[in-house]
Amino acid sequence: MTNSFADYLNTDLYFVIGSNPTEAHPMAGAKIMSSLLNGTKLIVADPRRIELAEKADIWLQHRPGTDIPLLNGLMHIIIKEGLQDNAFIDERTEGFEALKATVETYTPARVAEMTGVPEKLLYDAARLYATTAKAMICYTLGITEHICGVDNVMSVANLAMLTGHLGKEGCGVNPQRGQNNVQGACDMGALPGDYPGYQKVVNPEAQAKFEKAWGVKLSEKPGLTIPDMMDAAVEGKLKAMYVLGEDPVMTDPDANHIKKAFNAMEFVVVQELFMSETAKLADVILPGASFAEKDGTFSSSERRVQRVRKAIEPIGDCKADWQIICEVANRMGCKMDYTHPEQIFNEMAALTPSYGGINYERIEHIGLQWPCPTLDHPGTPVLHTKSFARGKGLFKAIEHTPPAEMPDEEYPYLLSTGRILYHYNVTTRHSSALDAHRPEEMAMIHPADAATLGVCTGDKVRVSSRRGSVVTKVDVTDKVLTGMIWMSFHYRETPTNELTVNAFDPVSKTGEYKVAAVQIEKVA
Amino acid sequence: MSTVTLTIDGQQVSVPAGTTVLEAAWKVGSFIPTFCHDPELSKPGACRICVVEIKGARNLPASCVTAVAEGMVVETASPAVIEARKTILELMLDNHPEDCLTCHQAGDCKLQDYAYFYNVKPGAFGGAKKDYDIEDDNLFIVRNMNKCILCGKCLRACEEKQGRAVIDFAYRGFRTKVSTAMDKPLADSVCVSCGSCVAVCPTGALTEKAMIGKARKWEVQKVRTTCPFCGVGCNFDLNVNQGKVIGVTSNAAAPTNGRDMCVKGRFGVDYVHSPNRLTKPLIKKNGEFVESSWDEALDLVASKLGAIKSKYGSDAIAALSSARCTNEENYLFQKFMRAGIGTNNVDHCART
Repeated sequence: MTNSFADYLNTDLYFVIGSNPTEAHPMAGAKIMSSLLNGTKLIVADPRRIELAEKADIWLQHRPGTDIPLLNGLMHIIIKEGLQDNAFIDERTEGFEALKATVETYTPARVAEMTGVPEKLLYDAARLYATTAKAMICYTLGITEHICGVDNVMSVANLAMLTGHLGKEGCGVNPQRGQNNVQGACDMGALPGDYPGYQKVVNPEAQAKFEKAWGVKLSEKPGLTIPDMMDAAVEGKLKAMYVLGEDPVMTDPDANHIKKAFNAMEFVVVQELFMSETAKLADVILPGASFAEKDGTFSSSERRVQRVRKAIEPIGDCKADWQIICEVANRMGCKMDYTHPEQIFNEMAALTPSYGGINYERIEHIGLQWPCPTLDHPGTPVLHTKSFARGKGLFKAIEHTPPAEMPDEEYPYLLSTGRILYHYNVTTRHSSALDAHRPEEMAMIHPADAATLGVCTGDKVRVSSRRGSVVTKVDVTDKVLTGMIWMSFHYRETPTNELTVNAFDPVSKTGEYKVAAVQIEKVA
Repeated sequence: MSTVTLTIDGQQVSVPAGTTVLEAAWKVGSFIPTFCHDPELSKPGACRICVVEIKGARNLPASCVTAVAEGMVVETASPAVIEARKTILELMLDNHPEDCLTCHQAGDCKLQDYAYFYNVKPGAFGGAKKDYDIEDDNLFIVRNMNKCILCGKCLRACEEKQGRAVIDFAYRGFRTKVSTAMDKPLADSVCVSCGSCVAVCPTGALTEKAMIGKARKWEVQKVRTTCPFCGVGCNFDLNVNQGKVIGVTSNAAAPTNGRDMCVKGRFGVDYVHSPNRLTKPLIKKNGEFVESSWDEALDLVASKLGAIKSKYGSDAIAALSSARCTNEENYLFQKFMRAGIGTNNVDHCART
């Protein structure tokens, strides 16, 4: 996020696109919901009538996979009506002419045709966003989980730069991150091309720095991303995998492909809290400790580094995950003799400029937002106030990319997926109250489709794609478009990701969870 | 901003104009009890327990909604004030169950604390008492409206902090009650069980269901931590008794969320003690998992990974790190793969 959650209360307009915060990020959703009572405006772009769509001043119900035409269409109107922030464009950006030339072709009539959003709403939304002084974009996986996810993100950034809604209080581009420490895992270098702090493994200086710190020769060859790992395993090139607290069989797209990958490898070790679907395929399972059983830190969406504190001893014979990693490493000649996570943090912070000024003492009470390079630095609630990481913000002219797989005669329905309020990926299935409250998948389908299929809420259907087939109960609701089915991915009994498409953004390697073609039939 | 100077309990104090008498009194250390007042919510000035005596005023004004004025002379504990507060407490106690012995809230209840402080006992008025069924149909929250003192903080938190307004006052007079639309059970309402109402309730009217019977309030050890669910980064207090996490309470000092949370953070961390937890290392032998010692499992992992590295090279091994584990663990894991195994094949679910 360029800005902070506290800043949510300082804006005059939210533009929420591809994000369902009242379910997936409830406290961000609560800030938006309560602000609306004070007159803050809301534009929502979402194919589903999510809770915020019902509260919105303007709801753009665009078809799944048409974010680029929608955003280009809004920029077309803004430029046509001269509502762009020329001073910001001149001082802070480059590439405007190329953007202008591209969005020129995205006329309201064409965009209405491509997205299904009426022209009038396009005008209303473009004018409201462009003319509101403090306007904030919030997006999540509805933007990124497409084969054009990176282009979608760039389009969002284009819109914010075009109107000068960046680097200021109450503005910005704010992707709420999905998991408690997905920000931190990235920051820590759990990425195949990055050492901690996004220092590139292909950069000889960074390599030399970490070789010196760790006392070993390091590989300059970038590693494999998850989809590439799975392909390499299926091809027999990858022989072993060590999985720490992840359940790719449940959460990665095209689950049958993932299972094939795990079955193909010679040795799989899984470090887990529960017998996950991935753990079932392991050769060795190491029982890790939950967040309540260990010390450490998480970094949130707003880049806030905060303490996790040990409240109880590990359950049974479980061990803190950092201790298990140390024990494996020591057995393999990689010496790790840490006695407390604070020592690990300090080693990391000394090698990671954006964390350089952070230590446990400074984050004892309220955490710090990186970048925080020195001990006297107060942290950074708002990014890009004076310049962007590359200097000037670069407009990227972007054309529409349709989803990898669209409905056809054989698979006539469009499947889109996401998270529900009462579950978080997998652990919540082991919470007695949460699981009792939402024990099974309730796929959302439109009443018109339900009538065609002859099903009512609570009936079962079989949903099949080219890759797999699952059974689910349905929730008949006009919150989804006709021709669409929406499912979560929380239930091992209905493993939705057996259906999703094995197609990825070429740059980010993010899977296209939001669009797949399926057929639906009633189960007697 | 202009300042105002006034006298509270004989002490002179200067505060910014617009400050309430209550805030000014707290600043000089004078004790004033409150039920309906909350620094983060709107101020109805309804319960009257915070009344004070102000020289020249024709009645005892509620200090939480009275702005300071230049030269004001305030008494926070004059005989008239004490008498008024005692009368309010007597009225409340006579319409309240006398079950502090078994009430979950005992030890953290404003009504109990003030009754003790002012030495007020039940029985001054007698009369009818509320007699509602206890609502425990909901999986997360137990509502006992017999213990509700109608301060209204729950419905203001619901509306002002969560933006929902699921509950409000219903009925009139003695029958006044905090209710959902059409007085339906919470489970049948649009409530999303965030529990912000429970967090602000000053009595035992609203309780976290899973914590009832697990510990007295004074036995609970609170450990501040960061939520293990979505990426918002809420902070809360794990409630621990005898080595077990018995639940979660929110903490006003949490930077992102304050006392507000969602249903998962407040009511979902019991997975920590789930009977489904893996508690011993497991090794697959002939297709079945068999329990093993740590040494056997770790030796096996190290020797297998070592053998594969020797035979096929470092890049034949990959690791998935975890967006649920700590920064320290992610740092260590990528260090192990890069420095120990010798490959950059480490990724996590950021992209999937």
